[in-house]
Amino acid sequence: MTEIVRSTAAALAERLAAGEVTSTELTEAHLDRIDAVDGAVHAFLHVDRDGALADAAESDARRARGEARGPLDGVPIAVKDVLTTRGLPTTCGSRILEGWIPPYDATVVTRLREAGLPILGKTNMDEFAMGSSTEHSAYGPTRNPWDLDRIPGGSGGGSAAAVAAFEAPLAIGTDTGGSIRQPGAVTGTVGVKPTYGGVSRYGLVALANSLDQAGPVTRTVLDAAMLHDVIGGHDPRDSTSIAQEWPSFTEAARAGSTGDMTGVKVGVITELAGEGWQPGVMARFQESVDLLVKAGAEVVEVSCPSFVHALAAYYLILPAEASSNLAKFDAMRFGLRVVPDGDPSAEEVMRATRDAGFGDEVKRRIILGTYALSSGYYDAYYGQAQKIRTLISRDFDAAFGSVDVLVSPTAPTTAFRLGEKLDDPMAMYLNDLATIPANLAGVPGISVPNGLADEDGLPSGFQVLAPALADDRVYRVGAALEAMYAEQWGGLLLDRAPGLETE
Amino acid sequence: MPEITRDEVAHLATLARIDLSDAELDHLAPQLSVILDSVASITGVAGDDVPPTSHAIPLTNVFREDVVVPGLTAEEALAGAPEVEEQRFSVPRILGEGA
Amino acid sequence: MTAPTTDTALMPFDDVLAAYDPALGLEVHVELNTASKMFCGCPAVFGGEPNAGVCPTCLGLPGAMPVVNGKAVESAIRIGLALNCEIAEWCRFARKNYFYPDMPKNFQTSQYDEPICFDGFMDVEVEGTTYRVEIERAHMEEDTGKSLHVGGSTGRIHGADHSLVDYNRAGIPLIEIVTRPILGAGEKAPEVAKAYVAQLRELIVALGVSEARMDQGNLRADVNLSLSPKGSGTLGTRTETKNVNSFRSVERAVRYEMQRHAAILSGGGTILQETRHWHEDTGITTSGRVKSDAEDYRYFPEPDLVPVAPSREWVEELRGTLPENPTVRRSRLQAEWGFSDLEMRDTVGAGALGLVEETIAEGAAPQAARKWWLGELARRSNEDGVDLVDLPITPADVARIQALVDEKVVNDKLARQVFEGVLAGEGTPDEVVEKRGLAVVSDDGALGAAVDNAIAANPDVADKIRDGKHAAAGALIGAVMKEMRGQADAGRVRELILEKLA
Repeated sequence: MTEIVRSTAAALAERLAAGEVTSTELTEAHLDRIDAVDGAVHAFLHVDRDGALADAAESDARRARGEARGPLDGVPIAVKDVLTTRGLPTTCGSRILEGWIPPYDATVVTRLREAGLPILGKTNMDEFAMGSSTEHSAYGPTRNPWDLDRIPGGSGGGSAAAVAAFEAPLAIGTDTGGSIRQPGAVTGTVGVKPTYGGVSRYGLVALANSLDQAGPVTRTVLDAAMLHDVIGGHDPRDSTSIAQEWPSFTEAARAGSTGDMTGVKVGVITELAGEGWQPGVMARFQESVDLLVKAGAEVVEVSCPSFVHALAAYYLILPAEASSNLAKFDAMRFGLRVVPDGDPSAEEVMRATRDAGFGDEVKRRIILGTYALSSGYYDAYYGQAQKIRTLISRDFDAAFGSVDVLVSPTAPTTAFRLGEKLDDPMAMYLNDLATIPANLAGVPGISVPNGLADEDGLPSGFQVLAPALADDRVYRVGAALEAMYAEQWGGLLLDRAPGLETE
Repeated sequence: MPEITRDEVAHLATLARIDLSDAELDHLAPQLSVILDSVASITGVAGDDVPPTSHAIPLTNVFREDVVVPGLTAEEALAGAPEVEEQRFSVPRILGEGA
Repeated sequence: MTAPTTDTALMPFDDVLAAYDPALGLEVHVELNTASKMFCGCPAVFGGEPNAGVCPTCLGLPGAMPVVNGKAVESAIRIGLALNCEIAEWCRFARKNYFYPDMPKNFQTSQYDEPICFDGFMDVEVEGTTYRVEIERAHMEEDTGKSLHVGGSTGRIHGADHSLVDYNRAGIPLIEIVTRPILGAGEKAPEVAKAYVAQLRELIVALGVSEARMDQGNLRADVNLSLSPKGSGTLGTRTETKNVNSFRSVERAVRYEMQRHAAILSGGGTILQETRHWHEDTGITTSGRVKSDAEDYRYFPEPDLVPVAPSREWVEELRGTLPENPTVRRSRLQAEWGFSDLEMRDTVGAGALGLVEETIAEGAAPQAARKWWLGELARRSNEDGVDLVDLPITPADVARIQALVDEKVVNDKLARQVFEGVLAGEGTPDEVVEKRGLAVVSDDGALGAAVDNAIAANPDVADKIRDGKHAAAGALIGAVMKEMRGQADAGRVRELILEKLA
């Protein structure tokens, strides 16, 4: 493995600026790394070697003219396959979209292109982002670079594994109930879910529109902040996009990396601990809290009583919205068309295509969502779930009335083995226990690596949540914690990951 | 305790236009019942005094100017179509009527 | 669905009224004339090159998102205010979920239990009696694409082997205006239905929010009808008849359904709650889709859009832009035009008020404008089975033809031929006069020769005139007109005859 691919994006940006390396060189290095390890990891569904190198060449030409578009111009990136890319396949991990090439770019992708980041390819994911393990991809699972027999989290396991395996310095993920943060936790990487409305959803193939948010997947907090600065901000094509100027998250991360937490009030969420939480994960969590105290933070315990209902509310709202979103996959205008024998009607073709094109988990959730929205059940299920959202938001409001940030372990366990929870949907759903409340309330959250669990030597993650619009706080606190660990470990947690080299 | 019967799943599958096989119906019904049993815990948690939240971040009146902006060419629009005829999306025969 | 037939049992209309009370309901879809679509920047124009007026949003491509057209909201509010509605302080869009190939997302973005306008009314006048039609709601939604059915013999959906879909129309803004059940119209139910739609159209035209051409589908009416035993005060099972695309058809469809319901009910049968289709050609309705339990639209608030909360200031500002109240307007016009009550009632009843007004604005005298629209053109609209507004002639054309009469270029009789030519698509009135050679001759040279011929051919008549019996001139005028094939200025012919035989 070359030293280029182990560099952080911020370091690569500096070296590009200093003229020590070209975008073409570092894009080549990452493409080579993908060639070397992705057969084992399977983080990518599609690699765009030619496109990425063409982008890199343009970036180099720009920089030579003194017209670099920003610090990350020329730093390559991987994009979760749920964001549309003009001219590049977009499958959402589903058979039903196999071969579909969108005629337009998602706004996030447009911003990446405008900022000059070559797109290496599209990353694997649970089908339509439904899952916590990436095992529900129609194109086969992604494997955790720490242990190839284990899951990389989900739904954005591909993006997390790509950065964890040094196949890309940066990646884009999307987070509906934890799909950026939970893969971050189990792969020893950083993942940020921005405030709902902070990053445009235009071109993000919706799972649950009121919960989805795209965000950075990186190896360091600073890299995440730099990427957030590129993709964030108001987009008139997304009605739910917040029209305001955002502060520089890069600056917030740099400020945090001094490690001084004096005057910061941190709340530990009572409800996100206890039975079902892996002891090694809880031990690492306690150490992180102790580190924050050492850095000057004031830590208190805060109760958010409605959080116990978050999972249930989530598994009603998400399938309901998803069942409607996925109706457009009907074999009429794009995507797969399965034509049964005989002289089938449009309706029969729709039914056959949707049966063949959707996987089990997608069908499960469509049926559940159809049920939750049915007349006679709406009030009891969807309506009730929307009220729970109100209660959860109130819990956050009350908590943020007395603390600056809330913290918890990102996921209850470390990476489990492939296949272990496939036949037990409820066990799978429990992975998102700690991450879901942030999506229901729209608040930002980050997962930062905080060590290896004693039982299995696998990564765990520390989650920091902040009030809506205060994304800068998760960068500040995240960067502080990361800096303290870097001092303790002499580098990043990922430095301790086993090599994947075949050479 | 809520339970989804096999017949109910079949009905829902019809509403959702998914041609589930008998085997799929057999294993989906009990799975859905388990999930539903778990999520049903929220019934009655929030009373009438709690307003529902459909959008986490409350915005209102987000409007576009009424101006035409370029969209797709017909070629781009039809590029992903399973079948095209006379510059239109060709679809199998349609039964019944729309709403 | 059965093939359209005319052997359905019908009860004579008068017998229906003896036994039943009708309850009417009307749902009218108004296609707005905004420049762009409801939720995207594509042109809100149907037609043209297929699938060339679409984008990821109105084509329902994965990932695309809607953004509300502010002008459409403004139009919705103005329609609501003109219908005396309350304007919601806060409302949302909702998804109406059902699968259909011409609907790109397989849900229609509409409004459900939170319409932008609600609780209004419109007073409708029929033959001097005013009926108050209560408006339950007016809400915003989007149109669907359009399917061509290929194969099969009729071009209809049934028997076709596949369909071709053009999504240019998908996403064009619609306002759906729904009445409460209209009770107590009795025998006038068909006329009230027609008058409501006609008056609504007039209002929409005055607001300038839609082209409002029923024949173009800018204005589409669904007619709900039920009967209940006379005096029972209950509501019977209703049918919803779709595709009713002219005022005249609205009236006919109501009449037909009243007679059909009554025949079934009196025979001990029950009415199926169903959608029915109106057939303009045969004047009947046929069964469409039975509304069943399987129909479950699973409405929920559209999560990709945020609530619409029109400020009271905005609403009041829009109220200030409303056109004159229809009743006030009618009184004003009647006074300005000097129409009798009967003339005014007939003009309104024929749906010609706006047409007459525009014709007058183009320069015609009020009585002349009324005469053509309620005479020659009303006759043609009846013969052709189309509404007056849908005749292929404009108020400007009518005013020009009257001007040609006033200028003595044509006489009344020739003017009818000009109408015929314009309606046949032969061009403008002047072009028709030119092409058909209809201009009357008042040139003394040409007329003089014809007069001389007539005098030579009728010496005895000429003698009578020479003797001072001027009334006999009529016979010579007739002869001249015959020779000139009607295209002579009769007044000038008379003068010439009298001059020559003085």
